[in-house]
Amino acid sequence: MNQQEPCITVNDLTMTYGSFVVQKDLTFTVNRGDIFIIMGGSGCGKSTLMRVLIGLKKPAKGKVLYDEVSFWDAEPESRDHLMRQFGVLYQSGALWSSMNLAENVALPLEQYTNLSPSQIREVTSLKLSLVGLAGFEEYYPSEISGGMQKRAGLARAMAMDPDILFFDEPSAGLDPISARLLDDLIIELRESLGSTIIVVTHELASIFAIGNNSVFIDTEAKTMIAAGDPKELRDGSPDPRVRNFLTRGEGGV
Amino acid sequence: MKVTEPPSSELSFSRPTDDTLLVSLAGNWTIGNKLPSADDVLAQIKSGSRIQRITFDTEGLTAWDSRLLTFLIKVIARGTQSKICAEKEGLPPGVQRLLVLASAVPERKGARRRSERDTFLAKVGVSAVDFCRSAVEMLNFIGDAFIAFVRMLCGKSCFRLSDFILIVRECGAQALPIVSLISLLVGLILAFVGAVQLMMFGAQLYVASLVGIAMIRVMGAIMTGIIMAGRTGAAFAAQLGTMEVNEEIDALKTIGVSPMEFLVLPRMIALAIMMPLLCIYADLMGILGGLIVGVVMLDLNMVEYYEATKAAVSLKDFFIGLFQSSVFGVLVALSGCLRGMQCTRSASAVGDAATSAVVTGIVSIVVATAIITVLCNVIGI
Repeated sequence: MNQQEPCITVNDLTMTYGSFVVQKDLTFTVNRGDIFIIMGGSGCGKSTLMRVLIGLKKPAKGKVLYDEVSFWDAEPESRDHLMRQFGVLYQSGALWSSMNLAENVALPLEQYTNLSPSQIREVTSLKLSLVGLAGFEEYYPSEISGGMQKRAGLARAMAMDPDILFFDEPSAGLDPISARLLDDLIIELRESLGSTIIVVTHELASIFAIGNNSVFIDTEAKTMIAAGDPKELRDGSPDPRVRNFLTRGEGGV
Repeated sequence: MKVTEPPSSELSFSRPTDDTLLVSLAGNWTIGNKLPSADDVLAQIKSGSRIQRITFDTEGLTAWDSRLLTFLIKVIARGTQSKICAEKEGLPPGVQRLLVLASAVPERKGARRRSERDTFLAKVGVSAVDFCRSAVEMLNFIGDAFIAFVRMLCGKSCFRLSDFILIVRECGAQALPIVSLISLLVGLILAFVGAVQLMMFGAQLYVASLVGIAMIRVMGAIMTGIIMAGRTGAAFAAQLGTMEVNEEIDALKTIGVSPMEFLVLPRMIALAIMMPLLCIYADLMGILGGLIVGVVMLDLNMVEYYEATKAAVSLKDFFIGLFQSSVFGVLVALSGCLRGMQCTRSASAVGDAATSAVVTGIVSIVVATAIITVLCNVIGI
């Protein structure tokens, strides 16, 4: 990227569950237009970090800045305003099971825009067709496959044309081809919408295919041990733990 | 066909040199077979104090599985304790490899859970602290629900009308069959119990006032309350708990919709509206039950029964019953939604939430009834 304009700045962040410290001293910057990967071994706190970033969990210490605005120090109103610029795709899709796909995608639009019902229907159909689910408006989440649920979740995340999209383990539970299609979709979204994208994953194929910036957090160290382009980290990270992770244990420790 | 007895396992010892114990294993060392105990080997080690090495001979071994491994691990561990080296060369190659694998990653320090027994005082303390915390959580929840209600009255919060109608149908119309059955039977039982006593005085007609007052003033409300706690309170807790497990509640929060306004409020309003209606219906069914007993068993006239009921029951009783049932509606919905929202992320937590919603619901109904009855007594109605 030529212009390096910071979009999210994380400053000296510490996350805890009660007295148990999950991660401490996290400091990194996500630039506008990045596809930023949060990676690390299972149970190292990747998803917790995402929950802090999207405002579901309060950090024990430290700041999360969105364009200079500190999220957790802001007034509830401006926090709500910030949250409205996020789109989040949860690990399991997290579609509201009592509503069909069209209603799922339409709910944020009904809440925050003054579009007429017919306009909302048009936007909803557009978003569903972008993720390859045209014609599935009337289906309920339980009637479609796991991969389709994820794509529908993505359509919902994109409903408000968010500036920042978060993905929690997008390829978990998907077959290689569906996972690849989802990766392509993520790149396509970045190119066409110019969104900043943050992906929590430990899927190596995805990490190298889509990521251009990353942070590596470690369970043992309880903090980040590397940051930067994942491909460069694989080839030239001074830390053997990072090389090992990015080469499936062939980095030689 | 003759069933062949599986070859039993055998253990024998010999001392090829002075400082060596040769352990010979033979036969079938598998689960389900009676195996010699590792203590036999330990007894051998103890008896000969000069033993420096243990070697194994498995020439006669026909089959083995995890039981052999646990046996060997025990022997090797005890040997290491008494500084005796166990040589594994005599074991089958598969066993050797599995033993290496089992000891490849050393036990992580502090990973094993210590089973500590708390003292009685500590247990009492912990439950007291837990109780205070849950009371605070409950008050918080009630406060949040009230704020959401006020916001709705101001027209600021919104839930989907279609969701609301669905909930009303689930906790109203669909509960009618069970409410009919239970209240009819409760009316019948009350009339039976009363009739046996009243017949002794020839006062059968008072069965009508007994059933009428009991049903309308208390029983109708309590019975619908308990039915709805078991039926709808549990359903609310399970629905919200499952939504929590599926991250659906997180998804609501991230688009800036308050789960309290979107999920809890319509459920509470629906139940608070439907409960009094169900209660009126339960009152009628209970009186019908009494009427059946009166007509069939006590040879009372239907009109006579109707007139007696009308004379005995006042409008005041009816409103007290109605008031109670709307309180119960709010209580059942509150406990169901509270337990559902407190649910953690696992399948068993959803079950716990449903159970505890029913328990909380029924306990709060009984406590509320007691309080209301005492209050009515004090103000003299």
